[in-house]
Amino acid sequence: MNTGMLFGLCGAALVGLGLYGLVTNPEPLRKILAFNLLGSGVFLVFGVISKRAAAAGLGGDPVPQAMVITAIVVAFAATAMAIALALRLFEETGQATLSPDDPGGTSTDGGNS
Amino acid sequence: MTISFFFDVGLAVLILGVGTSTIIVRSAFAAVIAFVVYGLLLAIAWVRLSAVDVALTEAAIGGGMTGMLLLGAVARLRLAKVEETRMSLPACLVAGVSCALVAAGLATAVLLPPAVVPTLAPMVMENLAQSGLGNPVAGVLFVYRALDTLLEKVVVLLALLGVWSLAPDSAWGGMPGLRVYAQPNSTLTFLAQLMPPLGIVVGIYMCWVGAKDPGGAFQGGAVLAAMWLLVMIAGLERPPSISHPWLRLSLVIGPAIFLAIGLAGFVLANAFLAYPSGYAKPMIVAVEVVLTLSIAVALGMLAAGPPERVRQQ
Repeated sequence: MNTGMLFGLCGAALVGLGLYGLVTNPEPLRKILAFNLLGSGVFLVFGVISKRAAAAGLGGDPVPQAMVITAIVVAFAATAMAIALALRLFEETGQATLSPDDPGGTSTDGGNS
Repeated sequence: MTISFFFDVGLAVLILGVGTSTIIVRSAFAAVIAFVVYGLLLAIAWVRLSAVDVALTEAAIGGGMTGMLLLGAVARLRLAKVEETRMSLPACLVAGVSCALVAAGLATAVLLPPAVVPTLAPMVMENLAQSGLGNPVAGVLFVYRALDTLLEKVVVLLALLGVWSLAPDSAWGGMPGLRVYAQPNSTLTFLAQLMPPLGIVVGIYMCWVGAKDPGGAFQGGAVLAAMWLLVMIAGLERPPSISHPWLRLSLVIGPAIFLAIGLAGFVLANAFLAYPSGYAKPMIVAVEVVLTLSIAVALGMLAAGPPERVRQQ
């Protein structure tokens, strides 16, 4: 068990945790938050698995690091977009939850409220 | 078993604990605060994995910027009626077991690696000297995978367009509302006068040093954006109207110059996004400088959200 493996397992657990929050929580905002948790877990697993190959006198492999940086930025852009959508949904319908038992309840388009 | 290993174990436990609390706490506000702490802890984990560039990005964007966006959303949703529509216990159990299975599968992949893990690191180091850069991550971002970096900037701009187009018709061309964060008070005003001079220097330094050491356009741009947002939230400066020509120019100038240099590569170096030999570093630094400006403005406007009111003339 070394540092890489430890954080790799941590990342795997975070993926499970984020997925659980994404599935079970009905509020869009909390779903977005859980999705970010899931994403950061994926980055961690990716970073750790590719770190094994670190060679050429480096602490880590620069290629996956650059990819993770790009991924974090894209995740932020997607989060901003998702939050704007959730806020607009609330403005139009007055609802801050997605009800799992009532599929018709949240599909009312803007303007019906 | 060294002392640093026990530090790592403690850090991993903390990350998992804080991560769990973002999922299970009832109040959305508490969850967002936990998420910001989680982002900072994760940044330390990246440092432990010797990925300092990733750590800076995670702390600035993953924790800070995303946290601010979520806080703003929580404040705007404060009046929303929260219905108790939690899933039933058996459904939660099924979901929990399935998610645990996914995590276990990933853990197996971590514990049982393939015999040979492919890597491009030696090739990166072999050819890095030609570009004049000292930071291999910057080398990958701006030389080997420059197309990814260019398209990533375009994604940020597209997301901003998406956020803006969610504004109601009446607010189009107006300015984003930041009043939701805080009523301006003397402490906030003092902070907004004290921090920006320091923050702007740090942001520019991070951009400049990115060619040689960890840092770069994104990390620097995020710090600059944070300073801009601080000044706007404190009410010292009004947010710009989204139809302002200067705003739009500064948003597109970074990707536009990057693209122009990329196209010039056809003529000067026989390939798209290739740099003529000997001039690689000055060109990359020039691209990084304009990109930092565009990124700072784009991140700031993304965090500020869609326009809410039209400026009174």
